[in-house]
This record gives sequence, C-alpha cells and structure tokens, in this order.
Amino acid sequence: MRYSALRLIKESLTGHKGWQPQWRDPAPQAAYDYVIIGGGGHGLATAYYLARQFGGQRIAVLEKGWIGGGNVGRNTTIIRSNYMLDGNEPFYEFSMKLWEGLEQELNYNAMVSQRGILNLVHTDAQRDAARRRGNAMILNGSDAELLDTGGVRAMYPFLNFKDARFPIKGGLLHRRGGTVRHDAVAWGYARGADMRGVDIIQNCEVTGFHIEGSTCLGVETTRGFIGAKKVGVSVAGSSSRVMAMAGMRLPIESHVLQAFVSEGLKPFIPGVITYGAGHFYCSQSDKGGLVFGGDLDMYNSYAQRGNLPVVEDVVESGMSLIPALGRARLLRGWGGIMDMSMDGSPFIDKTHIEGLYFNGGWCYGGFKATPAAGYCFAHLLKTDRPHETATAYRLDRFLTGHMIDEKGQGAQPNLH
Amino acid sequence: MIINHPLLGPRDAQEFTYLGDASLMNRPDWQAEGAAKAFHDYLYLRDNPAGEHRELWFHEQGDRSWLVVTRNTVTHEILRVELARDVALAEPALEAAQ
Repeated sequence: MRYSALRLIKESLTGHKGWQPQWRDPAPQAAYDYVIIGGGGHGLATAYYLARQFGGQRIAVLEKGWIGGGNVGRNTTIIRSNYMLDGNEPFYEFSMKLWEGLEQELNYNAMVSQRGILNLVHTDAQRDAARRRGNAMILNGSDAELLDTGGVRAMYPFLNFKDARFPIKGGLLHRRGGTVRHDAVAWGYARGADMRGVDIIQNCEVTGFHIEGSTCLGVETTRGFIGAKKVGVSVAGSSSRVMAMAGMRLPIESHVLQAFVSEGLKPFIPGVITYGAGHFYCSQSDKGGLVFGGDLDMYNSYAQRGNLPVVEDVVESGMSLIPALGRARLLRGWGGIMDMSMDGSPFIDKTHIEGLYFNGGWCYGGFKATPAAGYCFAHLLKTDRPHETATAYRLDRFLTGHMIDEKGQGAQPNLH
Repeated sequence: MIINHPLLGPRDAQEFTYLGDASLMNRPDWQAEGAAKAFHDYLYLRDNPAGEHRELWFHEQGDRSWLVVTRNTVTHEILRVELARDVALAEPALEAAQ
C-alpha cells in the first residue's frame, strides 16, 4: 500500500476504513538465508537493505518483544554527522545522506527535519577543538560553520550569556543535523522490509545459537529452532547477553541513559543545542515538548529506568544554560540501555564463528547511525567484506591498537 | 541507591564514583606467557551480566576507600558490600589454601 495525498483524501471521505496493517505477522519458517536478531531500528534497517540491495533471499527479523520497543523508541531523536576521526566521520556522513533520502525511498513520513545542531563552546581551547572538528567534517563532505558569540545570540537570544563561569564564546553549527520522528524510522523500515518479503517475527526470543564446530547453523528460539545460513546480531544493550550464548565476551558494558520531555510549549527552540560546559542537549518536538538528556547514570545497568540524582544533574545543567527551562514542568522521563564500548565507537564485524555477525557497541549514538548501520551490516552479511565507510569497526581493534576514541577517554565505557 | 558502607553505615551512592567490574582487581602477570593477550582481555573485555554483578566503587566524597559492591544490574538492588582491601587480601589467601 503506497501512501499519497490522494489516498488520504479518499480514505477521509470513506471513514478511514481502507487502511491495512503496515506489515504481516508471519509464523517463523524452518530456515532462512539470513536471520537478524533484534527488531529495533538497526535490525529492521539491516533486513530492509539486505532485501533491497540483494533481493531473492529469505530473510527474517526476530524480536523478543515488539518491534521498535527498545532504544529506537527511547532516544532523543537527534541525527548528525559531526564526528572528527577518519574511522567515524565518513560513516556518519553516509548515514546523513541516507537520512536525507529516507522518506522518499520508504514512501513514509519519518519527519526528517534538518533543523541544525549547535555545539556551544565556552573556552578558547574548546573553540580551537571545534574549529579542528569542523574542518575534519568539511574534509569528509559534511558541513560545519563556526559561530562567534554574536552569531549564537542571534539564533538563541534566551541562552545564559551572562554566566561568568561558563561564558558562551561561540558554537559549531552543523546545519544538516536535526531530528527525526524516531518510531516512524522503525515502522518505515519494517514496512519497507515486509513489502520486500522479509518475515518480521515478534514475540520470538532467541534462547541459544546452534553452533557445530565453528559454524553457526541457526538459532534456538521460544518459537522453536530456526535454521540460518547467516545470523546477524543487532541487539544494542543486550549485546553481551546474546553473544554470551555464543561463548563470546565483548568489549562492551551496558549502562542506562535517561532522557526527558517537558510539557508542550509554544515554539521556543528551533534547532538542537548542546551545552559545552555540562553534558546537556535539547531540542523541541513538533508537539512542543522540550526533549533533553545528559549523562549516563554511570553504573552498569539493564534496568530501563535510572535514578533521581542524574535527573537533578541533567536539569541543573539545563538550567545553567537555558534559565527559562525552570518555568517548564517535566512531563516524562525514561531510560534506555546503551551498549557502551571501550572506545566509544561501534562494531560491525564478523565473529570468529562462521556465519555469525555482530553489530553493536553504539553507545549513545545508535539512532543517528540507523540507516548506515543497516546498510553496512547488510553489506557485510551479504559480501563478507566491510562496507567502505565501516572498515574501522572491527571487534579486534583493541588487540591491534586501532581504537577510535573520539573523546580520548580510554577504556572506561561510562565516560564515552 | 544507598550503599551500606562496612565502616560508615548507609551512604548515598552519589558520594561514590564507579569504576566497573571487580575483576579489575586481578591484574594479569606481565611476565607470564601470553601477557599481551591477557592484558587485552583484562582491559577491554567484560562479562557485563544482567543480574548479579561485583563492581568497584570509590568513596570519593567520604573516607576514600574502595568497595566491592555486589549489585543486581536489573533491579539495582545492592546485595553485599565489602572493603576492596579485605577482598584483595582474602583472595591470595584463598588461592594459597587451594
């Protein structure tokens, strides 16, 4: 079923009775060419690109609960291509280009809004670092603009410019960054994959891998054994738990990250703002709520909820940047489980087990990567070679000394 | 979260900083065969369990002691708190006894 204005008019005149479910609810078959574990943004995008790029395959996505119920429904919806290092920026720029064509490609309104991201700087050293990062972005085909205090004031006059401790010295503006309606990304990819014959199997938890010798032949699930020529794991915060079933230990810790939304307000913040003196980022949704977040809770956690001290910390940071925030009431807060890697960068790689592939370690950056992660994981699954923009995301990079540590924090996952 | 400090009694977790898995106390022998691989595993690989987890907390805003806290990562319930010093001293003794 294709969506169009004509269709909408027709349906509105006939009581909206003609709409069909956007994807089927098939029973699992005995075997597939590709089984993707995890029906989140990344898993669904992987299945979609596998089916689109390399048709004629039998593909299934297995999801423990319902699709889009994990981190793709729990993030702050920001997309950006503003990384510095060579291993990262070409990949995120590729992702941004896929975002730009996503809605036309999927025939689905994902509300991709390139409203611009402004990273504020508060010291001379931060400005130098921002200039350097901006240049790296431009070299990789992205866009960056360094603003001075006046430039920031013209965009966001309500920021706290009088702060003596953290004066706003300017900001790095990435105009193509922005926000996307996160759930619609999962739904759009699910619909696109389903239309190309992918079986999306919900309420189907993987309970083990069937590994003979060093080859993965399929997965045990709560709905029986499912054979597979290749198995791709894309389960974000549950990465360590799932890969442990294949006997692997990963360079990943799971941490809880909270996010918040205020009551609906009139249009106030047109773009995305990030604070340079505290960990705080904020945008305003089309419904009017201010969507913001900050630091991890800092301890290992699989609970999809955080604790109050971090709520206080995030709101303090917010208040010191946007004093007017104090007038808004907090409507909701929630937590998601982040697969924090040892250098803050992800993995899209084969494992030492034949036929078993892994995509994870996205830290808090998984949402913006969704299209490219799906595309590159599909490429790896099909060709056994990494996509040209994802060659650095190896699982053994700590052994070979090729870490991709944007923040230079070392092997302390909660600081990335 | 409240951490029941063995010496100071119940303290707010905000007084502590978190390091990670308590296995970080068991540094590999740098002179052993395959030390490079052992250090890779020590530094970078984690069990990362959902459930009971032994982890190192530092009482930065308090008596600056290191604690080994056993905590459930699914419920955040704290099951046991020990001084890391006691754990470290007990473990070689345990190994020697075996």
